[in-house]
Amino acid sequence: MSTTILLWSLLASQLMLAAAMACAAYRILVGPRAQDRVLGVDAIYVCGMLLILTFGIRNGSMIYFEAALVIALLGFVSTAALAKFLMRGEVIE
Amino acid sequence: MSGLHDLPAWAALAIAFLLLLGSGLTLLGTIGLVRFKTFYERVHAPTLGTTGGAGAILIASMLCFSVLQSRPVLHELLITVFVTVTTPVTLMLLARAAIYRDRTEKADSVDTLVGDRGVNDGEHSARR
Amino acid sequence: MRRLLPYPLLTASLIVMWLLLNSFSLGHLILGTIIALVASLSMAALQPDKPRIRKWHKIPVLIGRVLVDIYHSNVAVAGLVLSGGRRERRPGFVVIPLTLRDRTGLAVLACIVTATPGTAWVEYHADNGRLLIHVLDLVDRDAWIETIQTRYEQLLREIFE
Repeated sequence: MSTTILLWSLLASQLMLAAAMACAAYRILVGPRAQDRVLGVDAIYVCGMLLILTFGIRNGSMIYFEAALVIALLGFVSTAALAKFLMRGEVIE
Repeated sequence: MSGLHDLPAWAALAIAFLLLLGSGLTLLGTIGLVRFKTFYERVHAPTLGTTGGAGAILIASMLCFSVLQSRPVLHELLITVFVTVTTPVTLMLLARAAIYRDRTEKADSVDTLVGDRGVNDGEHSARR
Repeated sequence: MRRLLPYPLLTASLIVMWLLLNSFSLGHLILGTIIALVASLSMAALQPDKPRIRKWHKIPVLIGRVLVDIYHSNVAVAGLVLSGGRRERRPGFVVIPLTLRDRTGLAVLACIVTATPGTAWVEYHADNGRLLIHVLDLVDRDAWIETIQTRYEQLLREIFE
């Protein structure tokens, strides 16, 4: 019984995280300015990391944790680099 | 679907609740990302996912593996610490980039909002 | 001792991180200690000034306050998103004069302000100590200045200065 509830709520939370990624993707596509798109990229990285963690819980495997850690690292580095580019790219224009 | 059937009922229910709470908060944050009108409002939206959302899902994951392996599995703490330390850094960098771009393009969109009690009164009247 | 352990906090947290990533055993403890020692020694070559924490016992108070505030502001911002356009929202910037000068303290304050939903750190000017933050629902400007100054700045000054 409780396992059924857990499986359904896993499915529901995966759907919610996918919807969250769709919202962030909307912000990336629509913009309107470059900093809004970068904010969307940051949000999509976080949602992707959480989605991978829920997959890890569903499969009962800890391999997913490493993938989530890598995604978190990549998300931080890429957003920081993009934000830095927004400041410096403007100077050159 | 291997180990989930071995979970006791209380753990399964707690994990289900935490998962729904965390993903709900993350979804609300990104809905805010879509709904809010200006960039400075949108900066607040993802923090909902990185504090409440990530916190709840990571606790759920820790609980799940700790109960399954009947020993404390705490390595999700690393992601928690990492996310809470790095999100402010990226958001601060983004806010500063945005304020810099606003100042160079529209000259004073931020400074008119701040009003006469600006951060650097003397300085940016000279910059304009 | 001081030359071997220039950054005791960094070394300790690196060892803990190593043990969390791998499972706990004597071999991993020794390997992690060696790696942490080498890393903190190479860190010493990069950055000569180090943060000084004066009152350790205040740190749990700070963490507790931050967790409570994160909880409250999560609820508040979730409510704001759900209410959508029905209620008038007044986002705005607040300028806060700070007396905290310690760089580590300022960094911790920046993390706290940005990590709580609803407030975001925008700009800080080191020469006059003025901080610009953006608040999602600005009801009372002076209440926010009061909150940051008494709730966090005072505590951070006690810890770091």
